Amino acid sequence: MLCALAAIPVLIAVAVRLSSAVPPGRGPAFLDRITQNGLFVGVTAMLVSVPLFLPLTVGVVAGDTVAGEAGLGTLRYLLVAPAGRVRLLLVKYAGAVAFAVAAPLVVALVGAAIGAALFPVGPVTLLSGDSIGADEAMLRLLLIAAYLAVSLMGLSAIGLFMSTLTDVPVGAMASTVVLAVVSQVLDALPQLEWLHPWLFSHYWLDFADLLRQPVAWDSFLTNSLLQGGYVAVFGALAYGRFITKDVLS
Amino acid sequence: MTAAGAATEPHVADLCIETTGLSKRFGQQLAVDGVDLAVPRGSVFGFLGPNGSGKTTTIRLMLGLAAASSGSVRLLGQEMPGQLREVLPRVGALVEGPAFYPFLSGAANLYRFDAADPRAPAATRKSRVHSALERVGLTHAADKKVRAYSLGMKQRLGIANALLAPRELLVLDEPTNGLDPQGTREVRSLVRSLAADGATVFVSSHLLAEVEQICTHAAIMSAGRLVAQGTLAQLRQDGQARIRVLTPDAGAAAKVLARLGLSAAVSGPAGSNGAGDVLYAPLPAGPPPAGADGAVAPEAVVAALVAAGVRVRGFATEQVSLEERFVALTGEGFDVVQ
Ligand SMILES: Nc1ncnc2c1ncn2[C@@H]1O[C@H](COP(=O)(O)OP(=O)(O)OP(=O)(O)O)[C@@H](O)[C@H]1O
Ligand SMILES: [Mg+2]
Repeated sequence: MLCALAAIPVLIAVAVRLSSAVPPGRGPAFLDRITQNGLFVGVTAMLVSVPLFLPLTVGVVAGDTVAGEAGLGTLRYLLVAPAGRVRLLLVKYAGAVAFAVAAPLVVALVGAAIGAALFPVGPVTLLSGDSIGADEAMLRLLLIAAYLAVSLMGLSAIGLFMSTLTDVPVGAMASTVVLAVVSQVLDALPQLEWLHPWLFSHYWLDFADLLRQPVAWDSFLTNSLLQGGYVAVFGALAYGRFITKDVLS
Repeated sequence: MTAAGAATEPHVADLCIETTGLSKRFGQQLAVDGVDLAVPRGSVFGFLGPNGSGKTTTIRLMLGLAAASSGSVRLLGQEMPGQLREVLPRVGALVEGPAFYPFLSGAANLYRFDAADPRAPAATRKSRVHSALERVGLTHAADKKVRAYSLGMKQRLGIANALLAPRELLVLDEPTNGLDPQGTREVRSLVRSLAADGATVFVSSHLLAEVEQICTHAAIMSAGRLVAQGTLAQLRQDGQARIRVLTPDAGAAAKVLARLGLSAAVSGPAGSNGAGDVLYAPLPAGPPPAGADGAVAPEAVVAALVAAGVRVRGFATEQVSLEERFVALTGEGFDVVQ
């Protein structure tokens, strides 16, 4: 799955390289900047992965955690080992979190690498107008990956909870991904403005603040708090469900 | 038997598994209904019952995989599922067939299950996995992906998983399912050697001949209820012994038997050689009642038959087999009882 994620920046870079100049203002933001600075491949790739590709892969991994073991029947043997239900749940969530950290990181790093290979790399002009060196820009890139990783914590917890509800992994995966999409659709309806700050996907695209000088940490902080809330709520739900679950698979 | 009397009832401390009023409800259906199991330490305990009678569900309740609707379980003298972390490392289990990660090799699967127990010593893991695989004859297939295992090989690997550590109790749900004759024999001798090492073996099975060979005790489930339990001898005794008479004079023989207070049933001619009919008559259980002049002693029956001029061509007293006892307790019907 990480390979599939790595393919995205490669696709973008190759496509831009092969086509002639991209007219400014068309396609995803930053796309037109790639030819001037390869580092933007990473930023663009992360941007296009946020709405679907990242939630999809994270949903698959998080939805598979418990339900996958139940589907194989190995859950009962882990529990009689005995693995301990709380411990098993924590290990499974840690696995999902590790993937949520790795996924945007892979996109960013592969993006930077292929960008450096195909395009010139130089100082980057930030949204605030300031200019920073390539090293500093690389740091910002990693910061965005971290922001996305945090953004996916809530979804991972939702997936974990879904996974404790069923013995069919595909069901848990699908419902998690569907929830991610629904959350983004609700976020796009102006009539539901009061709801927006509570949607786990609300701040997903707000990492532009990290491209200012000095870095504006507000959205990072708000997002972290919101994600923390989701982790607490759905972590507790998953715990409550799994601790009393009859393992009949 | 629950009716075996307090004298023969093992002391509570000697029980390896003890359930009291154990019940499990699935929606409307009581899959396990007030089961009081008493499995003595050191026994090889056969757990019998038709399909869907609640054996696997009982095992799940015992191991803390599912929560009982009511009743309690004590395993190795400790409360379940409260003391689960204390108890389960000493219990090896095969529940409703083996289950593995198909993309891992047999040995890798065992490593993974062993590592799931935080208290299993990692230092001895390699040697324990190796000897478990050796015990079930899978040494040569250890590095093969489980995806490529046959049914019987998976079954063997499941048993190996139960043997990863020295166990005080083994719970084996249909261990010989899918095994070849050599595998079945091997499991039989495995169970014997485990019992010889002092472990208690609780084995659910449909193979009654198998159970008669290896078990010291047995219990029979029917539609969620425990209908009998005890030593094999007790179980058979509860079914009456009977006499079998082979004679051409079936009518006369039946009259003689009736005079002795035995109700005979003719079960048709024996074979095609014209030797006569076979009569069965149940012998009253226990010693002959006082004052009945000992007429029910088998030798007295023969004497009376001969005296009455019945041509006795064959005579035997028979113990009921476990299979007959099983059918008597759980019904003839083939359909699954709900
Ligand atoms: N997950 C479940 N949900 C609802 N009912 C169930 C479930 N699992 C088992 N049952 C019911 O509980 C009863 C007992 O099932 P169980 O698996 O314990 O039978 P068993 O004695 O092990 O049968 P077999 O010899 O076929 O293995 C059955 O009637 C079955 O339909
Ligand atoms: Mg069963």
